[in-house]
Amino acid sequence: MREFKYIITDPEGIHARPAGELVKEAKKFECKITLVKDGKNGDCKKIFGLMGLAVKTGNEVTVTFDGADEDAACEAIEAFMKANL
Amino acid sequence: MRIYEGKSVLGGIAMGKIRVFKKNEKQVKRQKIEDIDAELMRYQSARDEAMHQLQELYDKAFHEIGETNAAIFEVHQMMLEDDDYNESVENIIRTEHVNAEYAVAATGDNFSDMFAAMDDDYMRGRAADVKDISERVLGILTGAMDATVNADEAVIIVAEDLAPSETVQMDKSKVLSFVTVHGSLNSHTAILARTMNIPALVGTNMTLDEMVDDQFAVVDGVTGRLYVEPDEATMKQLEQKQRDFLEQKELLETLKGKENVTLDGQKILLYANIGNSKDLATVIQNDAGGIGLFRSEFIYLERDHFPTEEEQFLIYKQVAQTMAGKRIIIRTLDIGADKQCDYFEMEKEENPAMGCRAIRICLTRPEIFKTQLRALFRASAFGKIAIMYPMITSVEEVHRIKEIVAEVKAELDAQGTPYGEVEQGVMIETPAAVMISDLLAQEVDFFSIGTNDLTQYTLAIDRQNTKLDEFYDPHHPAVLRMIRMVVENAHKIGIWVGICGELGADTELTREFLKMGVDELSVSPGRILPLRKIIRETRL
Repeated sequence: MREFKYIITDPEGIHARPAGELVKEAKKFECKITLVKDGKNGDCKKIFGLMGLAVKTGNEVTVTFDGADEDAACEAIEAFMKANL
Repeated sequence: MRIYEGKSVLGGIAMGKIRVFKKNEKQVKRQKIEDIDAELMRYQSARDEAMHQLQELYDKAFHEIGETNAAIFEVHQMMLEDDDYNESVENIIRTEHVNAEYAVAATGDNFSDMFAAMDDDYMRGRAADVKDISERVLGILTGAMDATVNADEAVIIVAEDLAPSETVQMDKSKVLSFVTVHGSLNSHTAILARTMNIPALVGTNMTLDEMVDDQFAVVDGVTGRLYVEPDEATMKQLEQKQRDFLEQKELLETLKGKENVTLDGQKILLYANIGNSKDLATVIQNDAGGIGLFRSEFIYLERDHFPTEEEQFLIYKQVAQTMAGKRIIIRTLDIGADKQCDYFEMEKEENPAMGCRAIRICLTRPEIFKTQLRALFRASAFGKIAIMYPMITSVEEVHRIKEIVAEVKAELDAQGTPYGEVEQGVMIETPAAVMISDLLAQEVDFFSIGTNDLTQYTLAIDRQNTKLDEFYDPHHPAVLRMIRMVVENAHKIGIWVGICGELGADTELTREFLKMGVDELSVSPGRILPLRKIIRETRL
C-alpha cells in the first residue's frame, strides 16, 4: 500500500481531458489506484468515477495504490499529476 | 420581424437562411430477449463500431479544429471504454433480459443524470457528452442514419442543442453561424464557433416549434440577437455593422505580427491593459506585446474575504504561463477612492480620492501587501512578471516598499521557494511624483504614467463630475509638459517609461508621444491594432 497527497493546481481542476489522460496513465499498471477527495473515492481507471468527484483547483486529493506494481505506479502517477494537474 | 436574445460566443454578423437542425429521435422500445449472449455480442460489436467512428471523428477534428478541440472525441472513447458504463449496460441486459437498445438508453440516462446533478457548471455540461456517446451506440444498434446538413448554400444552423459529434460531421463551408436554445459559453459548440471564427449564440430564448426553418435571418454576435425576417431599416443598420466589423477584421489580419514602427524607424511597445484574467484571450487575439497594466484589484473586489496567497499565486501563475515569456506588469492593489471593498473595513473619508488608497493601504497594513508580494514573486518563476506600485508621492515610500520586498525575498529564500528576476516600477500619477521623477528614476526599473489620475490631480477636477466637463481638457499643456518631463528624467537615468492611462490610446497624441520618446503605450486590447496602424503610417 502506497499513497501520496497532492493539491490540484490546474485552474480547471480534473476536467474531462486530464481525467482521460490520468485514466490512460493509470491503466498502464496492474495495482488498484484510487483517488480520494473529501472522503469520496474514485477509481483512477474509470473516467466517470474520476469526473464524478468534481475535483477543482486548490482541492487536496490523496491517491492510494494497492497491488504488485504499486511502487512504480505511485512514482509514475505522482509525476504525471505534478506535470499535468 | 422577430427578435430573439441569446448569449453571444463571438462578435460578428452572419446573414442567411435558417436551417433547423433536428436530431433523429430515437424511440427506444423495451423488448424481452431470449438469447442473452447474442444480445451482449450485439452490444459489444455496436460499441466497437462506435469506437471506430469516434477515432475517425477525432482524426477529422484534429485536422479541422486542432488537437485541443479534437480531444473531446478521445474523451468520448474513454467514456465508452469505462468499466462502470459497460458493466451497467451488460448488467441490465443480463438481469432484465432486455434488448441492448434499452440497456444503453437506460445507462446513458443514469450517467448523464449523475453529471446533470453535479454542483459545477463544467461537469453539468458533460451530461451532453454522455448522451452523445449513448446516442451514437443506439444509432448503430438501430441502424439509423446520422443527421447531416444538406444545403446548397451556407446556412445559419438553429438547434435545441448540438453534440460535438454533430458539429464535427457538418460541412463547415455550409455553416454561417450556430444558434442553440440550450448550451453554455463553455459548450463544445461555442468552442467550435470560436475556432471557426464565426458568430454563434447559445441559450437563445426561442422555441423551435415556431416556423423559423428556411426563413432569412441575421445573427448579431455583437449584441447577441437573432433577427428573423428583419425589416428594411434594421437590415440597413445590420449591413453597416457587418461592413464595420469586416473592416476591423481585415485590419486585424494585416497588422498581426507586424512591428510597431514609424516610417522613419522609431519603435514603441504596445501593451494591453486588463482588469481580469478572463481578458487574457483578447490580449492574445489582438497581438499585444505584453500586459502593461494588470489591475490586480479585481482579485480583491470579486471576493468577500482577503484573497489568500495561494489564490493569488494561481491567478498570477496562469497569467505568466499564458503570456509565455512576454512582460506582464502587475499593479499592486489599488483599492480606495471609487473602488471599495467591505472586508477592508476602511473608515469613511471626506475626500476618498485623496484619502487612504492604493500604496497608502499597503504601507499602513503591510500584512495585506506582503501576501500579494509573496504571490507575485512566487509566480515570477513562471514568466516575466514586473511589479508596479500605484499612487507614489515620495522617495521615502519607495524605500519602505523596498524594505518590505527585501523581507519577502528573504522569507522565500529561507524556504527555498524559487522566484525570477522581477522588474519593479512606480506609477507616475501625482504631480509630486512628476516633480521628483529625477529622484524616483534612481530607485526603480521603470515608470508608468497613469494619465487619468495625473490629469485629475493636476487640474484639480473630479473626473466623475460631469458638470465640470467644460473645464476638463484632457490635452491640457500642463499634463503634456509633465509627461515630457517624466520621459526626459527617466531617460537621463536610463530607465524606460510607459503610459497606461486613457491618453495612451488617444490617437491625436500618438505622434507627440513618439516624438517625446515614450517607450511603451498600454491600452485596452481592442485599441492595439488601430494604434499600430497609425504608428506605421507616422513620419516624425
